[in-house]
Amino acid sequence: MNELLELTAAQAAEGVRTHAVDPGELWSAYRERALADELNAFSWVSGEITPPDVERNAPLAGVPVAVKDLFCTAGIPSQAGSRILEGYRPPYTATAVERLVSAGAPLLAKTHQDEFAMGSSTENCAYGPVLNPWDRSRVPGGSSGGSAAAVASGAAPWAIGTDTGGSIRQPAALCGIVGLKPTYGAVSRYGMIAFASSLDQAGPLTRDVTDCALLFGAMVGQDPCDSTSLAFPEPVGLPTATDLRGVRLGVPEELSGEGIEPGVLETFHDSLDRARDLGAEIVDITLPHAPHALAAYYLIAPAEASANLARYDGVRYGLREPAEDLLAMYTHTRSKGFGAEVKRRIMLGTYALSSGYYDAYYGRAQKVRTKIAEDFTAAWQVCDFMVSPTSPGVAFELGAKTDDPWAMYLNDYCTVPIPLAGLPAISIPNGLADGLPTGFQIAGPAFSENRILDTAHALEQAIAFDGSKARA
Amino acid sequence: MLSRDQVLHVARLARLELSEEELEVMAGELSGVLGHIEKIGELGDLEDVAPTSHVVAVENALRADEPRPSLPREVVLASAPDAAQSGFRVPSPGAAPA
Repeated sequence: MNELLELTAAQAAEGVRTHAVDPGELWSAYRERALADELNAFSWVSGEITPPDVERNAPLAGVPVAVKDLFCTAGIPSQAGSRILEGYRPPYTATAVERLVSAGAPLLAKTHQDEFAMGSSTENCAYGPVLNPWDRSRVPGGSSGGSAAAVASGAAPWAIGTDTGGSIRQPAALCGIVGLKPTYGAVSRYGMIAFASSLDQAGPLTRDVTDCALLFGAMVGQDPCDSTSLAFPEPVGLPTATDLRGVRLGVPEELSGEGIEPGVLETFHDSLDRARDLGAEIVDITLPHAPHALAAYYLIAPAEASANLARYDGVRYGLREPAEDLLAMYTHTRSKGFGAEVKRRIMLGTYALSSGYYDAYYGRAQKVRTKIAEDFTAAWQVCDFMVSPTSPGVAFELGAKTDDPWAMYLNDYCTVPIPLAGLPAISIPNGLADGLPTGFQIAGPAFSENRILDTAHALEQAIAFDGSKARA
Repeated sequence: MLSRDQVLHVARLARLELSEEELEVMAGELSGVLGHIEKIGELGDLEDVAPTSHVVAVENALRADEPRPSLPREVVLASAPDAAQSGFRVPSPGAAPA
């Protein structure tokens, strides 16, 4: 294998900056590697043989980036994993992608995903499932499964995805890489093909925590095109912490016992021991409403999705099924263009919002959301961060959960309370259970990303996870 | 368990049409998921709890009301399944027999 591919993105950037790495060779090495991908990670790979002019002193120094399909990229297919957007080439580029490009990261590829980010296995991709580089009979997680598989397999130096209920953190965990879901509003949503607007947030998927901080720092910031975006309150620094003295890690009983596979729990407790060795104080906390987060999420997210996906009507872009009259054109187009899971969520959301059910479902879910946010606020009185396993299980076999929607939804059990409260959380590789990666999740108060990254960095050094097997 | 009529009603609202087979599967799956979701009813009285629709406290985001260039018409219409006379052409809303 080309030794350039073994460098972390931050190392490659430093190499470019010091003229030890030629950015053209770096681009070619990754482009060839991406074109040779056998995991179905990519929906599009750049046809450019040479990269655009690289500014060696730019923050991302010419290290190419892979981007989840649902980010609009001008003139480049942006299909969100759906047939209804097959071949769609948007007229503009998402702000998050523009920021990365202007920070010096050329666009290498787009990555496959669950259709409209609805899924936890990337099996809901209309263009075929993505495979897990640790075991090709297994899923990479989802919905940002293509981005996770691409980074874990070494086919991209780093990537971005989106997280609504766990779609960055869970695939990062299942593929043995780092994934960060930022504070709601930290990264502009402009140009992200919307799923659930009050929850969707873009973030990095990277080989290590340093890469994560570097990429995240280039994405954040207020955007006039997204009125929910906020200025990040401080510069994003590169993590340096090597110990955890004075850090209180809160372990919620609700997310660290029942329902978690034994192998996952074992690696979680190993990492807690390491954190203790590094000086952290481990405290028991309680998030009494967390067990109800999944129910609240599967009302709120489908309700928002049913409204957001009303725009796919065959009029302005994407698929159109011809019909005699307008209403038939809408229904034929939507029925043909959407996959089974998307239809299921639109139906669920429409039902939850329909007359007579609104108060019992959507209205109540929004109140539960308040209670979940209050649980976290109370937790921050006794701990600095909440920690838990990222996913209740390791990567499962393709097809294992496709017949039982709730079994699939349970993958989000540990990740879903956090976006409901708008909080940031990272997943870092936690070791292996039965030869498959598990994830360690660290969540903190709004805009605590710098401290989360520092904590994750100290723990990462102690865990010393070896992801090279997935890149072999 | 959702009835067949309930599922058909929701499908009509959502502008989806389901085959007989899809209808049956959808009724079963939605009922299964709703069975789990209804557990939030166990939380008891939430009368005094304010609903959350936006998680981060933020004041109204206002900007100066200044005209900005839009995307050129031909660029937007390039993505249209059926563009005609500088617009989107659609079938008549009233062409269907009653």
